[in-house]
Amino acid sequence: MTPPPLGRRGLFGAGAAMAALPDAIAAQPAPQEHPAMTHTLRINGRAHPVALDPRVTLLDALREHLALTGAKKGCDQGQCGACTVLLDGRRVLACLTLAAAAEGHEITTIEGLAGPDGALHPMQQAFLDHDAYQCGYCTPGQIMSAIGCVQEGHAESPEDIREYMSGNLCRCAAYPNIVAAIEAAKPQMQKA
Amino acid sequence: MRPFAYERVPDPAAAQRAVPVGSSSAAAPVPTMVLAGGTTLLDLMKLDVLRPERLLDIRPLESRLGAIRLDGQGLRLGALARMAQVADDVEVRREFPVLAESLALAASAQLRNMATLGGNVLQRTRCSYYRDVSYAACNKRNPGSGCAALDGYNRLHAVLGTSEHCIASYPGDFAQALMALDAVVEIEGPQGGRSMPFAELHRAPGDRPDIETTLRPGELITAFQVPAGPWAKRSRYVKVRDRQSYAFAAASAAVALDLDGDRVRGVRIALGGVATRPWRATDAEAALAGQRLDEASAMRAAEVAFRDARTHGENDDKPELGRRTLVRALLEAQRMEIA
Ligand SMILES: Cc1cc2nc3c(=O)[nH]c(=O)nc-3n(C[C@H](O)[C@H](O)[C@H](O)COP(=O)(O)OP(=O)(O)OC[C@H]3O[C@@H](n4cnc5c(N)ncnc54)[C@H](O)[C@@H]3O)c2cc1C
Ligand code: SF4
Ligand code: FES
Ligand code: FES
Repeated sequence: MTPPPLGRRGLFGAGAAMAALPDAIAAQPAPQEHPAMTHTLRINGRAHPVALDPRVTLLDALREHLALTGAKKGCDQGQCGACTVLLDGRRVLACLTLAAAAEGHEITTIEGLAGPDGALHPMQQAFLDHDAYQCGYCTPGQIMSAIGCVQEGHAESPEDIREYMSGNLCRCAAYPNIVAAIEAAKPQMQKA
Repeated sequence: MRPFAYERVPDPAAAQRAVPVGSSSAAAPVPTMVLAGGTTLLDLMKLDVLRPERLLDIRPLESRLGAIRLDGQGLRLGALARMAQVADDVEVRREFPVLAESLALAASAQLRNMATLGGNVLQRTRCSYYRDVSYAACNKRNPGSGCAALDGYNRLHAVLGTSEHCIASYPGDFAQALMALDAVVEIEGPQGGRSMPFAELHRAPGDRPDIETTLRPGELITAFQVPAGPWAKRSRYVKVRDRQSYAFAAASAAVALDLDGDRVRGVRIALGGVATRPWRATDAEAALAGQRLDEASAMRAAEVAFRDARTHGENDDKPELGRRTLVRALLEAQRMEIA
């Protein structure tokens, strides 16, 4: 038996699927747009008032509304880690966090790591020193995740680092150098 | 994503008043759904599989429903405790290792920092036809439409508890650990509080794959109770997957063993990745009771566990994978050094 071809999700298929919905569902009134909600997001120590549709994720709020494009959109489905930021010091995925739900929490992005004098965070410096990237697309997410990894106490060995960094994919496969950078940054972070 | 209203829940009573649907009907555009970590819900809303018109963010209840408490009776885990919090808890790791292991081996560090225990047990299948609305035929998403997986890509689909209407596997890990330890789930709803064995929370698909749990409209999971017992410390979660980390189980086994020397006084087994719901292998448990535990007796029990397996082509290897996973889990649990 030939399996049905796996189609493109989303746009291309939506029309066909809608047509197939049972009447009860199709008869629902068209969804209402909801007015923008006003939030104050605390990012990198600064308060940012923003008016957003409830659907806006933290990742889109950062990138499209606040010009903080450091966090990257790789998959938008929680699978790649490119959008990793810290929320109250814990690493989370900005693409699966609603901006509205992030209100009242302290958010740190890659833009907030360097000191006021421009001095790099030890993890940023270690990624430079160990050549821990190629194209650089995954790098902001890797660095934010690596900081979380050290702070959680899950950077005790190269195996430990590999396991606890597995949520950050690198299409260029810079993995060995990323592990080396984290091992090097760990004592620097503990000193600082 | 379709438009929705977002609200934060001020207190649990408000949550019950306002939640008309827990999680049972996956496809119907339910007016309101509760948002915990959002790692299942937002993902499936972006894919247009789930279509709530209103989200109630229950994370503000974390202060009341996020605690881990251990006493002589056992362990009580609040439904809003985060996966990482429980996976890293020193006492849980020592007293109930299977719980911590099942969580530590699930998803990624970021997801475990976001996701809650209540949301975790209610996560939806990863069946690619369920997740892709361009397929009309999916009884779980679109009741009565058929099942594209029966003759389609079904390598990761279930072999136990299937029906002619749905063969999607239950994807989570933690549920198997709860089931092996005879956990109880605490629920609050419009009619007040109730509790039931965790084993009764999920449904097999039967002819209604869209109804996945026995939760009633408006009900909220508030906690899991895990009784203390001689088997809890000697408990283990083994997960086999396509890559070494950050992947759903191709097969998994949660086992808890009470040994008298090399004889099995009692054993509890739950299987993951192979069944349509968290799956307790009671017949396999009975086959091992009173036996000397070794590779041969473990294999006999594993044969029993998969006696009724039904495969669908691409997943013909599942029963053997499942058997070997269970044997490994039993033998690893036997070798654990218990303080
Ligand atoms: C890339 C990826 C990989 C993953 N890998 C794994 C894996 O290997 N193993 C694994 O086990 N899981 C895995 N997951 C799934 C993940 O663990 C779940 O998405 C997560 O645990 C859900 O919890 P949440 O708090 O985010 O739930 P939400 O997404 O907020 O909610 C999920 C569902 O539960 C309902 N709900 C939430 N809390 C309650 C409550 N207290 N009472 C009643 N209803 C409630 C919601 O309405 C919704 O229907 C993975 C997820 C992703 C995105
Ligand atoms: S296996 Fe279940 S979820 Fe997957 S297509 Fe069939 S009915 Fe849908
Ligand atoms: S963009 Fe968030 S995990 Fe890929
Ligand atoms: S450096 Fe290119 S994806 Fe990681």
